[in-house]
Amino acid sequence: MAELSQVNAPIYEALRRLRRMRVVPFDVPGHKRGRGNMELTEFLGEDCMNADVNSMKPLDNLCHPVSVIRDAEDLAAQAFGAANVFFMVGGTTSAVQSMIMYACKEGEKIIMPRNVHRSAINALILTGAVPVYVDPDVNHQLGIALGMSVSQVEEAIRANPDAKAIMVNNPTYYGICSDLKRITELAHEHGMLVLVDEAHGTHFYFGDNFPITAMAAGADCASVSMHKSGGSLTQSSFLLMGKNVNSDYMRQIVNLTQTTSASYLLLSSLDISRKRLALSGKEIFAEAVAMAEYARSEINSIGGYYAYSKELINGDSIYDFDVSKLSVFTLPVGLAGIEVYDLLRDEYDIQIEFGDIGNILAYISVGDRKRDIERLISALSEIKRRFGKEGAGLLTQEYINPVVAEAPRKAFYAQKESLPLEESIGRVCTESVMCYPPGIPILSPGELITPEIIEYIRYAKEKGCQMTGTEDLNIERLNVMKLS
Amino acid sequence: MELWFTERHTPNVKFSIKVDRQLYSGNSEFQRIDVFASKEFGRFLTLDGYMMLTEKDEFIYHEMITHVPMAVHPDPKDILVIGAGDGGVIRELTRYNSVRSIDLVEIDELVVEVSKKFLPTTACRLDDERVHIHYEDGVKFIRSCENKYDVIIVDSTDPFGPGEGLFTKEFYGSCFKALREDGIMVNQHESPFYDEDAAAMQRSHKRIVESFPISRVYQAHIPTYPSGHWLFGFASKKYHPVRDYNATKWSMLGLETKYYNTQLHCGAFALPNYVEEMLRDVE
Repeated sequence: MAELSQVNAPIYEALRRLRRMRVVPFDVPGHKRGRGNMELTEFLGEDCMNADVNSMKPLDNLCHPVSVIRDAEDLAAQAFGAANVFFMVGGTTSAVQSMIMYACKEGEKIIMPRNVHRSAINALILTGAVPVYVDPDVNHQLGIALGMSVSQVEEAIRANPDAKAIMVNNPTYYGICSDLKRITELAHEHGMLVLVDEAHGTHFYFGDNFPITAMAAGADCASVSMHKSGGSLTQSSFLLMGKNVNSDYMRQIVNLTQTTSASYLLLSSLDISRKRLALSGKEIFAEAVAMAEYARSEINSIGGYYAYSKELINGDSIYDFDVSKLSVFTLPVGLAGIEVYDLLRDEYDIQIEFGDIGNILAYISVGDRKRDIERLISALSEIKRRFGKEGAGLLTQEYINPVVAEAPRKAFYAQKESLPLEESIGRVCTESVMCYPPGIPILSPGELITPEIIEYIRYAKEKGCQMTGTEDLNIERLNVMKLS
Repeated sequence: MELWFTERHTPNVKFSIKVDRQLYSGNSEFQRIDVFASKEFGRFLTLDGYMMLTEKDEFIYHEMITHVPMAVHPDPKDILVIGAGDGGVIRELTRYNSVRSIDLVEIDELVVEVSKKFLPTTACRLDDERVHIHYEDGVKFIRSCENKYDVIIVDSTDPFGPGEGLFTKEFYGSCFKALREDGIMVNQHESPFYDEDAAAMQRSHKRIVESFPISRVYQAHIPTYPSGHWLFGFASKKYHPVRDYNATKWSMLGLETKYYNTQLHCGAFALPNYVEEMLRDVE
């Protein structure tokens, strides 16, 4: 058999072979290639149902890959410059949780920025690991959390020499990168693992002139949302590992929580997307960047809006910027980001990725068309003309540094009581509160509830942010630890 | 030998014209462009297989989209035309001596080139010195225009493909901004007859109503468009298309027309009940 290369997609090829064999299915899934559920088949298409098959010898098994999945993972490793890669079918969430569960056992410390995704906080509840938060630097004008500064990481390492790992968000949702290389060196000098949440950085591995990737920086693990900029199906993701990670142990960790019936729709989408990016990623991302750059310059010429880019770079907490991100600061036109987000959808039939208090983010990818970019720019111009106000009266401070009182796991499982928002001030929260997207917690289990946080929650609700995480779906009440 | 051009008007209705010969076929960055010659309709232009104009009935469309706003506005000097690379609207506009300048914004340069070469009936006045052609996306062009035009004519293709942006609220809002305080915008408004066209018509009407204080719809009979029953939108900041219409003044200009006349101007705004109802539903 010829040596495999990036033009191959072993899982996809195996599925095609299987289809040609016209095997009679007396196994699950029970829809039997769609015949048993015609309405679903009409909706999704016969080809799609045909590819929804179960693990079997010719298709390998994600829990214990020895043939085509193994080959596909090897090709992915080659493409990403990693020692090993796992295909993940539980979203990047499962990759983040696996990294943390690999690095830390109960009671062990992990250094991380507070603006991590909820999946990382949830992993702390699962493992019982104790977070040492590094407060990210904040840009007060834009109201967004930045990367971690090297000196703060150094300080955290010195104060917690027993920590097992450092987690880095790179890039952030807004496109901001930390000095990954230096942070990795520091961590390794102190025997700590480096885990990178690279959910928004798939394209760094394939395009030109992007910030450094986790693998190139020498990090130990990275979680990569192939379904974001990489073009695979929602919920499919990669876990990348460096040479010092024991991938066989990692596989056991992954299998603790991963399904035993991994979807071949997701697996083949990862396989095909990896092939596509490996073969033509450079052109694909050059095009996306060109569109983002064009949109940025047009939006900035409208006036009021600020579509930011590399000029923010400060050599430390904004060590680099991902120019494929189209993040726009909206407060100068007198509108909260979330208001612009809602207006774009309700008035102009344009759905963007998210709006927070001060910013919106439009996700630009190769699937975009120039004429849609023109629509987005014109709609922003119109929103300013029709709805713009004097900038006064808007909350500017977005990011609030938390006060950690208890480990997340201890708080989550503690005796608790439910209190109305106002009465909860001064107590320790046992649940998460976050705006979604971006899914970064305002409050996490174990954190002290302060008046500013309550004000922020009220304000965000009033502006129409979608809030999640609490037991009370209306977020009128919070669960707090019972006073002993 | 029989050669027929066929356009699908709905999944269940087809419209065909017997073709004598094909004069041109080419692909631009945006679309496929074809010109045919036929016995019944003379030459005709199609974009991505959709009928744009025939020599036999183009006068109806071009007169109705041009003279209605030009006759209502008391002094139209600066005109913006979006789409219309075939030149038909320009031909009608250049007949007004009062017009000072015409900006023509066409996304596809090849449409203009092909029209100049094969469709002299419509493209005959594109060289008028008052005409300035901009090869650009209309959505983009108009974004930066403010208080600049008396009349805007949106001669778009259909609400899918390259003309899609010309049916959006952001575009209509930009047109509002680009017009002077007594400006008028007219647009190709699709047809009320077949379901899919009617839905597009309602959608764009809703968006225009939300963008302009005065918004009326008028009709014409265009044999080669789906169902033949076609609508135009009349959106305005100040003038009502019938109440503020000075028929005598327009007649004094002495323009000869084949379809448009001053009585038809008023009559065109009288719509069938089912169309009135569709419009009311979204107003």
